[in-house]
Amino acid sequence: MSGLMSVFRKELTDNLSSKRFLILLALIYLAGIATIYVVAQSIRSSVDANTQFIFIRLFTTSGEDLPFSFPFFMSLFIPIVGIALGFDAINSERSSRNLSRLLAQPIYRDAVINGKFLAGLTTITILVVSLVAIVSGMGLRMIGIPPGAEEILRIFGFIFISILYGAFWLALSILFSIVFKRTATSALFTIALWILLFFFMPFIANGIGNAMIPVNENSTLELAAKNDELTRNISRISPSTLYGETVQVLLYPEMGNPSALLMMISIYSSGLIPRPLSLLQSLLITWPQLVSLIALTAICFSVSYILFTREEIRST
Amino acid sequence: MSQATSIIESKDLTKRYGNFTAVDKLTLTIREGEIFGLLGPNGAGKTTTILMLLGLTEPTSGMLKVCGYDPLHEAIKVKRTVGYLPERVGFYEDLTARQNLDYTAALNGLSHAEAERKIDEVLDTVGLKPKSDQLLSQFSLGMKQRLGIADVLIKNPKVAIFDEPTSGIDPEGVEQILSIILGMAKRKMSVILSSHQLHHVQRVCSRVGIMAKGHLVAEDSIENLGKATLGEGKFRIEVQAAPITEKVVQAIKHIKGIASVEVIDNVLKIGSESDVRNLIARAIIDNDSLATGMKIEEYNLEKIYLKYVKEQ
Ligand SMILES: Nc1ncnc2c1ncn2[C@@H]1O[C@H](COP(=O)(O)OP(=O)(O)O)[C@@H](O)[C@H]1O
Ligand SMILES: [Mg+2]
Repeated sequence: MSGLMSVFRKELTDNLSSKRFLILLALIYLAGIATIYVVAQSIRSSVDANTQFIFIRLFTTSGEDLPFSFPFFMSLFIPIVGIALGFDAINSERSSRNLSRLLAQPIYRDAVINGKFLAGLTTITILVVSLVAIVSGMGLRMIGIPPGAEEILRIFGFIFISILYGAFWLALSILFSIVFKRTATSALFTIALWILLFFFMPFIANGIGNAMIPVNENSTLELAAKNDELTRNISRISPSTLYGETVQVLLYPEMGNPSALLMMISIYSSGLIPRPLSLLQSLLITWPQLVSLIALTAICFSVSYILFTREEIRST
Repeated sequence: MSQATSIIESKDLTKRYGNFTAVDKLTLTIREGEIFGLLGPNGAGKTTTILMLLGLTEPTSGMLKVCGYDPLHEAIKVKRTVGYLPERVGFYEDLTARQNLDYTAALNGLSHAEAERKIDEVLDTVGLKPKSDQLLSQFSLGMKQRLGIADVLIKNPKVAIFDEPTSGIDPEGVEQILSIILGMAKRKMSVILSSHQLHHVQRVCSRVGIMAKGHLVAEDSIENLGKATLGEGKFRIEVQAAPITEKVVQAIKHIKGIASVEVIDNVLKIGSESDVRNLIARAIIDNDSLATGMKIEEYNLEKIYLKYVKEQ
C-alpha cells in the first residue's frame, strides 16, 4: 500500500509540474473557452420561451463560426491528454535506468502501474472538472440562465464519462509503454491507433457494413436498417464511438438516439411523439456503452499486468 | 568452518535463455557479515545471478534462498532486507539528490522524519552531503555511483548487492567507493560485489567466487585460492646468488615468515608471508655468498582468475 501511495504522489507531482502538461492545459483552456464564447453568442440569439434544457445547450450547440461543439472538442482532446500522460510511463523509467532501482524496493510491480495510472487519472479528472467548471461559469454569465437540477446531473454524467474515456487512453498508452522499449515508438503507435479509431473507424465500419450487407436505392427498408445496425456495431469497437454515443444520450435528451432500439424505447415511453428522455432512461440506454468502455480499459490493464509482472528487469 | 549463518544459499541454480545457458548449476553459500566478490569476465553470468537473487528474473531451475526467503514468491520480504545497486545505475535527472533519496525512503515506508534523518546520515557516509541539493543532471558518474550506494543504505539492508560499482569510475572515485564498502562491512552488513576488475575486489573481499561462462569455477578466500594456484606464501621472491650453498638455503628457511624455499636452475624461489628481501640479502651475505639479483612478486587475483577462466 505504501508503495502505491508513494508512486502515486511522485507521479502526480511530476504530471502537474511537467512542461508537457502545462502547455497542454493552456491549449485546452484556451480552446475550450473560445468554443464556449462562440456557442454562448449563438444560444442567446436562438432561445425562446418554450426551449427546454437551455443551459445544457452550452455543451451541445455548435456556433456558426465554429464547426464543432464542446463534446466534440473533448472527444478530440481527451485522448491526447491520456496519451501524453501515459505513453512513456514505463519505458522512460527503463531508459533512464531507474526501473531496476525502483523495482528493487519492497513494492509490488503492480504498484508502479497502478500508481502511475491513478496519478494520470487524477490529472485527467482535475483537467476535465476544471474545464467544465470554467465553461459553466462563463456560460452562466453570458446567457444568464442557471442550470436546472437535471441539467446539473447530466453535466456530472458528462464529466464522469469523459474521465472514463480518458482512463481508457491512459491505460492503453501505459500498456504501449510496456510493450515498446523506446518512448518514441510507443508515442507513435498510440497516436497512430488514436487516428485510426477516431478518424477512420467510421469509414472502416461503413466499408465492412456495405461489403457484408450491400444496399442500394432499391433495397428494402429492413435491409437498410440491418446495414445501419451492423455498421454501428462495428464502429463501437472504437472508444470514440462509445464516448460519442454516451455523450449524445446524456447531453441531447431531445434527440439522442444512437440506435434503432433507442428510438423504440423513446417512442414507446412517450407515445408517438418523441419526448426528451428522462435521466434514468438516458442512463439505462448508455449502460452498455459505459460497460464496454470500462471493459476495454480493464483489458489494457490485464495485458499490462501479465507483460510486466513476469518480465526480466535488466539495467543494461 | 565458520559458525556464521548463511544469508544466501543456492543449489543447482540455472538460468537459460532459449538454448543458451547464462548460469549453469550454480551452488553457492554466502555467510553473514562477509564481503563476497563475484568475479568473472563480461558475459560470465554475474548480473543474471544477481537478478535471480532479487527476483528480477525467474530462474529456470534450482533452489535459491535469500535471508531464508524465496526471491520469486516472497519478493517483498527479500527486497526489504536486501539492497541492490544495479549496473550503471540511473536516477531522476530533474530531481536533486535529496529528492531522489526521498522517493526511495517513501517506497521503503519510512516516515518523513525518519527519512530526513536517514538521508542526512547516508549522504554523509558517501560524502555527498554538500551536493545534496544539486540536480542529478549535474552529477558525475562517480557521484552517481556513490549516490547509488546511499540509495541502498537508506533501507538499512542486511545484505547489499553491488553490480560492477567501480566500472567506468576514475581511480579516486574507485578509492572512495571501496572505502565506503569497507565501512559497511564494519557495521556488520554483508556485501556482495560483482566485478570484472580484480584488483578492486582483491582489496576489499574476504571471499570470492569466480564465474566463467555461467559456471562457478572457484569459491574460496583469496588466500586459499592463491595457495592453490601459486603455492605457499603471499609473495614470490626470486633470488640469484653465487654460490647457492646448503647453508644459505637453511639460513633463509629460518627467517620468520618464510613459507617455502626451492632451488631451480640456480635460482632461489622463495615463498613468504611478507616482504623480507632485506633479511634474505643479509642471510646470503652472512653465509659468505653474494646476491646478484632479486625480484619480488605479490601474487594477485589476476593470476588466479586467468588460470580458472582459461581452464574453462
Ligand atoms: N535476455 C537475454 N537473452 C539472451 N541472452 C541473454 C539475456 N540476458 C543476458 N544474456 C546473456 O547471458 C550471458 C550472461 O550475461 P550477464 O549475466 O549479464 O553477464 P555479466 O554480468 O557477467 O557480464 C551473456 O552472454 C548475455 O549475452
Ligand atoms: Mg553484468
